[in-house]
Amino acid sequence: MSSPAETGQANLGGTKAVALFLIMSLIAASTVLPLLWMVSTSLKQPGVPYSNFLPGTPTLRHYAEALGETPFIRYYVNSIVIASAITAGQLMTSAMAGYAFARLRFPGRNQIFFAYIATMMIPSAVTMVPLFILLTRAPIYLNDLLGTSYFTSEQFFLGRWFAGVPLGADSYFVLIAPLLFSPFGTFLLRQFFIAIPRSLDEAAMLDGCGPWQTFAHIILPLSKPALATLAIFTFMSAWGAFLWPLVMVNSDEMKPLPVGLAGFIGMYATNWPLLMSGATMMLIPMIVVFVFCQRFFVRGIQLGAVKG
Amino acid sequence: MTSRLTKQQKPFPITTSRVLGDGQRKQHPAATPPSAIKRRRLPRWPLAGYLFLLPNGIGFVAFMLIPLLASLALAFTDWQMLSPDVRFVGLGNFIRLLGFTWTEEGIVWNDPDFWYFLYNTLFLMLGVPISMFVSLGLAILVNNRLPGIVVFRTLFYLPTICNGIAVLMLWRLMFHADVGLLNQMLGWVGIDGPDWLQSTAWAKPALIIVAVWIAAGGNNMIIYLAGLQNIPAELYEAANLDGAGWWSRLRHITWPQLAPSTFFIFTMGIIGAFQGGFNAAYIMTQGGPAGSTTTISYYIFNTAYDGQLLMGYGCAIAWVLFLLVMTITLVNWYVGRESALEGH
Repeated sequence: MSSPAETGQANLGGTKAVALFLIMSLIAASTVLPLLWMVSTSLKQPGVPYSNFLPGTPTLRHYAEALGETPFIRYYVNSIVIASAITAGQLMTSAMAGYAFARLRFPGRNQIFFAYIATMMIPSAVTMVPLFILLTRAPIYLNDLLGTSYFTSEQFFLGRWFAGVPLGADSYFVLIAPLLFSPFGTFLLRQFFIAIPRSLDEAAMLDGCGPWQTFAHIILPLSKPALATLAIFTFMSAWGAFLWPLVMVNSDEMKPLPVGLAGFIGMYATNWPLLMSGATMMLIPMIVVFVFCQRFFVRGIQLGAVKG
Repeated sequence: MTSRLTKQQKPFPITTSRVLGDGQRKQHPAATPPSAIKRRRLPRWPLAGYLFLLPNGIGFVAFMLIPLLASLALAFTDWQMLSPDVRFVGLGNFIRLLGFTWTEEGIVWNDPDFWYFLYNTLFLMLGVPISMFVSLGLAILVNNRLPGIVVFRTLFYLPTICNGIAVLMLWRLMFHADVGLLNQMLGWVGIDGPDWLQSTAWAKPALIIVAVWIAAGGNNMIIYLAGLQNIPAELYEAANLDGAGWWSRLRHITWPQLAPSTFFIFTMGIIGAFQGGFNAAYIMTQGGPAGSTTTISYYIFNTAYDGQLLMGYGCAIAWVLFLLVMTITLVNWYVGRESALEGH
């Protein structure tokens, strides 16, 4: 932290520090209490009023119910598969494009860059309707075209686990592929790559490395913090994605966590402890990731906003 | 605990943003003398350049360009997903959406729902400035040097991390008239809380409260914090010599110096708010009661994916939304450009 004088804050006297501490504790309570109440409610025995803050004698029965009697684990696995694939893919495509925009010279580079960044302004609602139509119909058209029924047939991973259809609604493909590309990620990594001293990759190029080797052996290893930042942001947003999977998934087994959880509301409308146990299980990995990777968040926000 | 966290943050503590910024500027061609640029031109690799862009290029064409053109074309048709007929209706969708007729009782809109949902969207946008001012307040608070400040910053950021379906479900229960924690707590101070989500008057404020709770301590606080730490200390020293008080320093130094951050936060907030409101309304109110929390994005969802699957009309609404966002962004940029520049 910088010194108080440097940031325009007067040196804090004891009383003032205590007052600030109290104010901040109060605000922190308002952010934390609802979350604690969520956990507490998920642990309540039947008969304990939901509006009580404490659960009384805690019970894990609602967790057992969510895990045992609903496809919760399946939703969880789906979310992990989808979010991991999106993160890995988006990191790759964004790093490649970011490198081209930051380090290679070719005709139209800046125009392409600004045009690509400008597409961030397009509301996803505009492209979502046609994407929905195209991707729902694609397997049928492909079947007709190739004289097969492969594209609408159900797949099983290792012959055992249902893995949806290869394409179209209820496929992992539609939940992953459209999200593998990101102007934001490209922008973020380009900003980072530009700041890497040019002498490093110039030396590599003098040693005979081509663009790919320079990219893979010099730029990427130097960019681990930025890649980690983007990975976390991408994973979190993929983990929380709701509207697109809601529209594209019909079968219960293909639902990612948010869509599955939202479905609980209709099914277990008044079983709030069950709903809260699902919500708690969804939030725990996000909070764990955040607590361990805080610095990457701060860094990512600054790269994305302050320098943008 | 604190020292460990601080140490962990060493590589990229928030205070280094200025240093990093400088480092970057040195690398930036604009900041290097022209002769240096000539010497240090980037290698020319046209083929490699395009190859590196290829994955994004394919994705852009398949999932952005083609759908974009298809959406534009569909907006001029009356196509329903399950019907085989696609009829070109020219501007029909837009007339149905935006048109009106004068009658003796006043204006009669062709699609009064749209205007109501637009009003809802604008109403919910009140959350943007509210959340922005809370973010500023929080940033000023966590900019103090106090033991455990990192812990507070983490706790303030927590709702942003949790943002999503789970938290919206939690708030659905929080606002519950009988068993919700909120009315319970209001009861302690003698306030008889409303039935938030079932009331046309209180559902929108409830959604604003959730939006502020989620966003205030998050990214915008971090952006303001970085902005605060970039304000030259001399300004405050001079003000202190002049005997300026706390409010006066905030009003005449901090606020104008933060203009670029404010501009960024406000613009992004408005753009997001125009397109937003779906998740919260879907989970907490289903757009009700009586449509009072249905936003434009929710209307597109209802039109295109629910019920009649009116793809053409849905696309038309989406394009109107797009044009609205564009217009507001441009106006905002045009108006805000000067306030943003005043900061420097």
